[in-house]
Amino acid sequence: MAGFVIRRILWLIPVLFVVSLITFALMHAVPGGPWDREKALNAGTIARLNAIYGLDKPMWQQYIDWFGGMLRLDFGPSYQYRDRGVNSILSNGWPITVQLGVMTFLVAVGFGIPLGIFAALGHNRWPDYVATSISMVGIATPSFVLAILLIVIFSVGLDWFPSRGWKGPDTWVLPVIALAGYQVAQIARYTRASMLEVTRKDYVRTAQSKGVRQTAVVVRHMIRNALIPVVTILGPIFAFLVTGSFIIEQFFGIPGIGRNYIVAIGVRDYSMIMATTVIYAFAVAFLNFIVDILYAYIDPRIRYS
Amino acid sequence: MEEAVSLELTPDEAARITREQRETKAAKSKYLLEVKNLSTHFFTPDGVVRAVDDVSFELGYGETLGLVGESGCGKSVTALSLTRLVPNPPGKIVAGSVVFDGVDLLKLSDEGMRKLRGKEIGFIFQDPLTSLNPTLTIGYQIAEAIRQHMGLSKKASYDRVVELLAKVGIPRARDRLNDYPHQFSGGMRQRVMIAIALSCDPKLILADEPTTALDVTIQAQILELISVLSDEFGTAVLMITHDLGIAAGMCDRVNVMYAGRIVETGSVDVIFERPRMPYAWGLLDSLPRLDDVRSDRLRTIEGLPPLLINVPDACRFNPRCAYARDACRDHEPELTPREEPGHYARCWATDKGGWIP
Amino acid sequence: MATQTRSLPGVATTARRSEGVWRDAFGRLRKNKLALLGAFGVLLLLFAGIFGPMLAPWPYQAQDLEAITANGSEPIPPFQDMSHPLGTDQLGRDILSRLLDGAQVSMTVAFVVQLVVLFIGVPLGAIAGWLGGRTDTYLMRITDVFYAFPDLLFIILMSVAFRETAFGRALNGVLLVFVAIGLTSWVTVARLIRGQLLSLKETEFVEAARAIGVSDRNIVTRHLLPNAIGPVIVAVTLGIPTAILAEATLAYIGIGVQPPRASWGTLIAEGQPFIRSYPWLTLFPGILIATALMSFTFLGDGLRDALDPKLKGKQ
Repeated sequence: MAGFVIRRILWLIPVLFVVSLITFALMHAVPGGPWDREKALNAGTIARLNAIYGLDKPMWQQYIDWFGGMLRLDFGPSYQYRDRGVNSILSNGWPITVQLGVMTFLVAVGFGIPLGIFAALGHNRWPDYVATSISMVGIATPSFVLAILLIVIFSVGLDWFPSRGWKGPDTWVLPVIALAGYQVAQIARYTRASMLEVTRKDYVRTAQSKGVRQTAVVVRHMIRNALIPVVTILGPIFAFLVTGSFIIEQFFGIPGIGRNYIVAIGVRDYSMIMATTVIYAFAVAFLNFIVDILYAYIDPRIRYS
Repeated sequence: MEEAVSLELTPDEAARITREQRETKAAKSKYLLEVKNLSTHFFTPDGVVRAVDDVSFELGYGETLGLVGESGCGKSVTALSLTRLVPNPPGKIVAGSVVFDGVDLLKLSDEGMRKLRGKEIGFIFQDPLTSLNPTLTIGYQIAEAIRQHMGLSKKASYDRVVELLAKVGIPRARDRLNDYPHQFSGGMRQRVMIAIALSCDPKLILADEPTTALDVTIQAQILELISVLSDEFGTAVLMITHDLGIAAGMCDRVNVMYAGRIVETGSVDVIFERPRMPYAWGLLDSLPRLDDVRSDRLRTIEGLPPLLINVPDACRFNPRCAYARDACRDHEPELTPREEPGHYARCWATDKGGWIP
Repeated sequence: MATQTRSLPGVATTARRSEGVWRDAFGRLRKNKLALLGAFGVLLLLFAGIFGPMLAPWPYQAQDLEAITANGSEPIPPFQDMSHPLGTDQLGRDILSRLLDGAQVSMTVAFVVQLVVLFIGVPLGAIAGWLGGRTDTYLMRITDVFYAFPDLLFIILMSVAFRETAFGRALNGVLLVFVAIGLTSWVTVARLIRGQLLSLKETEFVEAARAIGVSDRNIVTRHLLPNAIGPVIVAVTLGIPTAILAEATLAYIGIGVQPPRASWGTLIAEGQPFIRSYPWLTLFPGILIATALMSFTFLGDGLRDALDPKLKGKQ
């Protein structure tokens, strides 16, 4: 087990490296720079700005400088706000984004798994149809479409929840639901399918032949085993969550790092773009890592082989 | 077969077992198991498959009965029907009675049936790898039935598990309690299954092809284990197999099944020495023998077993039978007695007035 | 599926009719109502995408300033004015026409991306699967790297990086979107093909084909690939919603299809600030996106169930 964990940790490093390299290369490989604004600046000003920000150094030098800074968690100066660094801009939004992410994750798993189990246990009867319909809709509705529907119905129509901002529980509801909708649906689908497959397994029959109570059969034998493949898809699901969060932040006017990201894209704030991309990519890689560990932990066949 | 396997009982164990045997195995009726007109059908989109069609047989206390037949003849479904484990849908027990120790199992409530499973009737399944839960330790899985039915404390249950593991021949039992199924070899896993089946000292064990998934050398060990333990505890065994050698070695009596019906039944000697049904002849004839001439092809029974949908009223074996005549196609024969006591066969030809003397 | 006639002489018994794999699958598909619904939706969208802009009442960028001023400088709500059946936006542009243009963009992206995916994924997967060994390992390492980078981030990066270039400006940015999305999607198909080839490679019918002297290339193209087609069809159909969604997301952030072309994502972005006052601006494109996603997903699920009934419910 320890070996497994260590190997997984080591795998994170090349991923980080590749991600940052690709990001850096793309940012610098094409014409157009951070100084292309509506007002054209004269060449002298541009040259001075380049010198200040270190953009006149050779590419590989810039990359090493940046990488070193990143390891120290110093993401450099922002290109749009002269007086602040990327770190200070991100530090405001960072806890908000994390809060959104954690809440969404809890809702996704907390509703998705029971929904899937419920559907499987009531297979071909009404619980299955209802739960499956909900998941079908959830899968086909991307987060911002769901956001639209939620706002139009619950905010504009019923006026139960506000449609913007992030202050207090009633602003949390709609964004979390909008972001979690797709994840709930996917998790439910997978859980249901996995449970259905487990129902046909021989060891379930063995448990029944021992005269074990049906509830115990379901919980101890079926759910335990059914959740194993579900854990494996949690990785890509969380990736979706992370990368979808900035859309939702934009939509609901939530002041997290997602909004900074989108603005930075618009104005070509290099260091901001790089910083947020790397943070997001690393978050996804890290979550995948956790999921791998979790998977090894709950499946003894992986642990002891 | 008579080689003594040393399974030492401590004096406590011996005393306990004898006492239990006296208490629980006091016969409540003539036979431990009386199956009458059992029919189990599968309702599929292509039609109704009559997998078990009007099957009747008896099993005495402590007896080992063989249920022999080729794949698809309905023997496994019969065993599952006895404990009402047939998957529903699409399967359903549509008729018959299964009287176990004086009680008709098919009339019990679900809860009543559940209480008997594992406690009075144990099951050994064919594939020990898929039949064990990969995420639970084998200690837990063996103890599960004990804790469910015998009300022992956790410690006492696990003590009993250790005893059982030793009994089925797994060395260093206490160390292996916390191991998982995938850490055992195939033969060891089947021993664990046997331990599970025996855990609550049942009156009957249903063994569904217990050695088919194992190496030949391990097969012999497992069969011997089942044989010795059932003798020791006085447990009746319904041994389901397609392998005639196994039936010959282990069983007191044998039922031959074909296409969902029992076609011949009798003591093991009679069935193997004087069978009175062409299918049984074909089966025995198909066994390769050491004194066969080498260049001969293996003998088979031509044709395939019938689809069990829309079965007509005729002998089900007749398309493949070398001795078939019109009578065989007109009307299905009943199980009628033959010469020896307890020997019945379902064949017009060998019956009284038939064309094979 | 072999024909198995087991009959007792003189008596009729049921025997399974022998059917081809495709006919069987098609039969199953037809019975699946949800899949049929999806297929219907897909056809509708295809029609809208191909013929829509031609049939649209207005060119997508045309501004009907008269109607706006007549309405007190407010956009016209839907179902009021017959010349603007779904209303207009604040600039007087007809919503229906813009939606149809967006349909064309979405359908183009969806299908072209899959073509790119097939062009790259199938050959690479086939090479990796057939040759196995080191070639396979190297190619798999490369795909692992692609896997590690979250798709959306990569697509955004690429779009941001290239948007000022000629390449990025081609076709109002649509070309860039194709390439960016395609580059992240080919991995799944490649893996599928590779997996199929790896397992089928060792089967007996391949040995038999080799024994009679069929060339490697022919073995792959005539025997192995057709067997692998089933899962690939499913993967492609299910990959379309991902592509549509990616395109809409890019447009929403402002880096995909460029104005004045109307992608559903741009329509949502434009309408979002007015969601309380003029909700129809975002509602209609949202409904269309959801419909497109649902149709392709239902159809894809149906195809998967039809082609391998053992997987039914596995999703």
